[in-house]
Amino acid sequence: MIPAAFDYERADSVEAAVQLLSQHGDEAKLLAGGHSLLPLMKLRLARPSVLVDIDRIDGLSSVRDTGDALEIGALARIGDLAEDATLKEHCGILAYACGQVGDPQVRHRATLGGSVSHGDPASDPPSVLLALDATFVARGPGGERTVAASDFFTGLFETALAPDEMLTAVRVPKLGAGSGWSYQKFHRRQIDWALVGVAAVVQRDDGHIGSARIGLTNMGLTPLRAPGVEQALAGADASDAAALASAAEHAPEGTSPPSDTNGSAEYRRELSKVLVRRAVQEALAS
Amino acid sequence: MRISLTVNGTAHQDDVEPRQLLVYYLRETLGLTGTNVGCDTSTCGACTVLVDGRSVKSCTMLAVQADGRDVATIEGMAKNGELHALQQAFHEHHGLQCGYCTPGMIMAADSLIREHPEGLDEQGVRMGLEGNLCRCTGYQNIVTAVLAAAEAMNGRAPAAAPAGGEA
Ligand SMILES: Cc1cc2nc3c(=O)[nH]c(=O)nc-3n(C[C@H](O)[C@H](O)[C@H](O)COP(=O)(O)OP(=O)(O)OC[C@H]3O[C@@H](n4cnc5c(N)ncnc54)[C@H](O)[C@@H]3O)c2cc1C
Ligand code: FES
Ligand code: FES
Repeated sequence: MIPAAFDYERADSVEAAVQLLSQHGDEAKLLAGGHSLLPLMKLRLARPSVLVDIDRIDGLSSVRDTGDALEIGALARIGDLAEDATLKEHCGILAYACGQVGDPQVRHRATLGGSVSHGDPASDPPSVLLALDATFVARGPGGERTVAASDFFTGLFETALAPDEMLTAVRVPKLGAGSGWSYQKFHRRQIDWALVGVAAVVQRDDGHIGSARIGLTNMGLTPLRAPGVEQALAGADASDAAALASAAEHAPEGTSPPSDTNGSAEYRRELSKVLVRRAVQEALAS
Repeated sequence: MRISLTVNGTAHQDDVEPRQLLVYYLRETLGLTGTNVGCDTSTCGACTVLVDGRSVKSCTMLAVQADGRDVATIEGMAKNGELHALQQAFHEHHGLQCGYCTPGMIMAADSLIREHPEGLDEQGVRMGLEGNLCRCTGYQNIVTAVLAAAEAMNGRAPAAAPAGGEA
């Protein structure tokens, strides 16, 4: 399978990339690691007439400590993030989830920016970033702006990025001493995408749950939060297993999971409850 | 577009169409047919090569993305008529049957072993080769071969073949 013909441009700076996007309009697509875009182009499900290769732009692949937060460059490789010492120390859930993406070859190419910008509800990093209340930094012809994770994922393969904008960084908070986390990815084989994934970030407060943020992978058209679970958990006794299990029953509320050969929507709804319970328990124990 | 890259230590310059995939550049332009195409959908790993030392699936990379990079394929593994430690281990431990997956397995394993200088256990090898499918061997002997090669490459004594040797 060979992609349809396209013109290839290489941007050596964010400014150049944005300029090329503005110039070519809807016809152009950014190319980072290519591990979402090239498979689609080979199947001719995507046919951009211009590819703007951003993969060689310098300075966008590190994890920077900015005090209370970490700023991750959009071109950071998923595989490098899985092993990154700073990320592991301060935001372990994202490093762990990156290690769950695809296989080593995929992780060697895939970038965090591409994973986020693709807007695939079955991808692992986006639901984790939702649960982290991450902030996305985008650059367009008019300059830089930030978008909250809760506003970023707008539809199936759609995000708040304009066609002439490039994502440059993702900011995640450092998880302090009182917080625990878990990412539960359920799949049949290690290489597979999540049937359902659940990210939990839980704030412990003297034997109680101060607050909990739950992100759901592959439970609808976008990565989702589970507000019903979060409300039920707030203030709950962390050692009350029955209370945690009953909070987890809220997991599928407001979701619209897909039905496919891996599982029906009904199956995914049930699975989400089980995985939320496991995620919260593991987060509290961590 | 004109690209310049190194493949197995040899410098190449070629005009390629932007849409040419790296695997077809290697196979058709350079005639290096050791790298196989299995699934053509980024799943099986038969097309795995090294780009700047790291394993990638060359069916999911454009040749223009490899411009200026250092590419290594199975043809570059044996040196001066001597098999690479991984090739030797696959040979000794019967890590292949039809051999279709083998070039990709060996390149993926080479990247994996070098990423883990501290050593690998069985689970680490199985997880590390999750992106490479084999339809023949049942994986057991591939894992044994990679563990043996890892010891050899890290300068330790090669592991003894498991007693009873599952075939
Ligand atoms: C075999 C296989 C298995 C996989 N398994 C998983 C899995 O289990 N879990 C998972 O989460 N993912 C999985 N993936 C997806 C993989 O992680 C993707 O590579 C990644 O999601 C996209 O990153 P990329 O850099 O390759 O993006 P590209 O493919 O280069 O780009 C993807 C899209 O984002 C746009 N884009 C890229 N960068 C930017 C930017 N900085 N600003 C704006 N737009 C941008 C592109 O224009 C394109 O539309 C798998 C992929 C493969 C091939
Ligand atoms: S041919 Fe490239 S992964 Fe199967
Ligand atoms: S030996 Fe035949 S596919 Fe692996």
